[in-house]
Amino acid sequence: MTNISAFRGEKLVLKKVNFSLSSGESLIIKGPNGAGKSTLLRLLAGLRSVDAGQITWNNQNIAEYSYEHSQNIAWLSHQDSLKPALTVKENLQLTSQIYKTDLYAALKTVNLTHMADIPTRMLSAGQKRRTALARILLKPAQLWLLDEPSVGLDQETIQQLGCIFENFNQQGGMIITTTHVPLPLQNSKVLHLTPPTSMASAL
Amino acid sequence: MRIFFLFIRREIQLSLRYSTDSLGTILFFILTASLFPLALGPEPQLLRQIAPGILWVCVLLAALLPIERLFNHEYEDGSLEQLLLLGLPPYGLALAKMVGHWLTTGIPLLIASIPLALMFNFPYHAIPLFILSLMVGTACLSLLGGMATCIALGARRNAFLLPLLTFPLLTPVLIFGAMITDAQLHALNYMPHLQLLGACFALALPLCPFVAGAGLKLAAE
Repeated sequence: MTNISAFRGEKLVLKKVNFSLSSGESLIIKGPNGAGKSTLLRLLAGLRSVDAGQITWNNQNIAEYSYEHSQNIAWLSHQDSLKPALTVKENLQLTSQIYKTDLYAALKTVNLTHMADIPTRMLSAGQKRRTALARILLKPAQLWLLDEPSVGLDQETIQQLGCIFENFNQQGGMIITTTHVPLPLQNSKVLHLTPPTSMASAL
Repeated sequence: MRIFFLFIRREIQLSLRYSTDSLGTILFFILTASLFPLALGPEPQLLRQIAPGILWVCVLLAALLPIERLFNHEYEDGSLEQLLLLGLPPYGLALAKMVGHWLTTGIPLLIASIPLALMFNFPYHAIPLFILSLMVGTACLSLLGGMATCIALGARRNAFLLPLLTFPLLTPVLIFGAMITDAQLHALNYMPHLQLLGACFALALPLCPFVAGAGLKLAAE
């Protein structure tokens, strides 16, 4: 059983945000540009530390970057983080080798098997996004942190994304995602972020 | 440990794909070193005398060319976060990058410096020691340069900051390194210089990755 509860106030960007998530649940973070959605994801990944409040994972405090916590997380930022000169396969190789996971199964899930040996600079924006999503599948993590996963994807792929999400939830995985467009996520909680208006009482 | 080697393999794979970058470094080294005889005159005695210093300076400059790219691309395309979450501690990631830099720039530069040393009228017996000292020197450079890149990562104008951070730290390496061959060519005892160069390396090896790792964590915030 996994439980994240977060209580933190970060001046200017995030002010006293609270939520908790259990195994098999999803959370959609909504809010206008600059509301701190990506910052929140970074905090949860342990990439930056909170200025006030705390984040706990299984009742353990995640103060800052730690090896143990980094293994709980699969991360998709708003960038695809692909090397243009490497092929789709080569871009994903490192992750699949480290975790000894099946690269082709992940490519099949995102319908990119036929593109495996093509350099990513030749790919369309949507195909690059799908490659980045395949990297999520290659890491056996319990929590997916996704920053706008559906950017550049066509309707069909977004539907498929829904199946991938549902599958992951059923296996007990948790998803926290930011989005501006509706995502096919069933039984998800929603967290609305608003940009804080004043710095008073943020800490 | 396995992850560490996988990281280094990725570095080598990337540098093979961007091989024009590595070739550019070698070409820069060969061209700058070849310009000195043209400017200073081709007298063999003079060339032999100035050769160790010139080759050392050129190697350091050439090896520093690609060091800025060590983490900048990773930082800009978001790969840095991905790499940090792959289970290698930040200092391990930094060390893997430094080793990768040495393997892909240091070693080719060492190989290229052999014909150049001959061109500068080095006696054959001095070449093995010269290569050995350069080997330690380039390794120091990968460590110190890598550390400086990580510190400057994410800062604006970091191309400007980088040489300012690296060169002061590199001066002992340059002085001891050039002195080794100089001492040998004048039939003096070169061991103290070699030991001091080794000491620089022994100091940089454990310290640089830690500082670099802290820099990486800050850059990823």
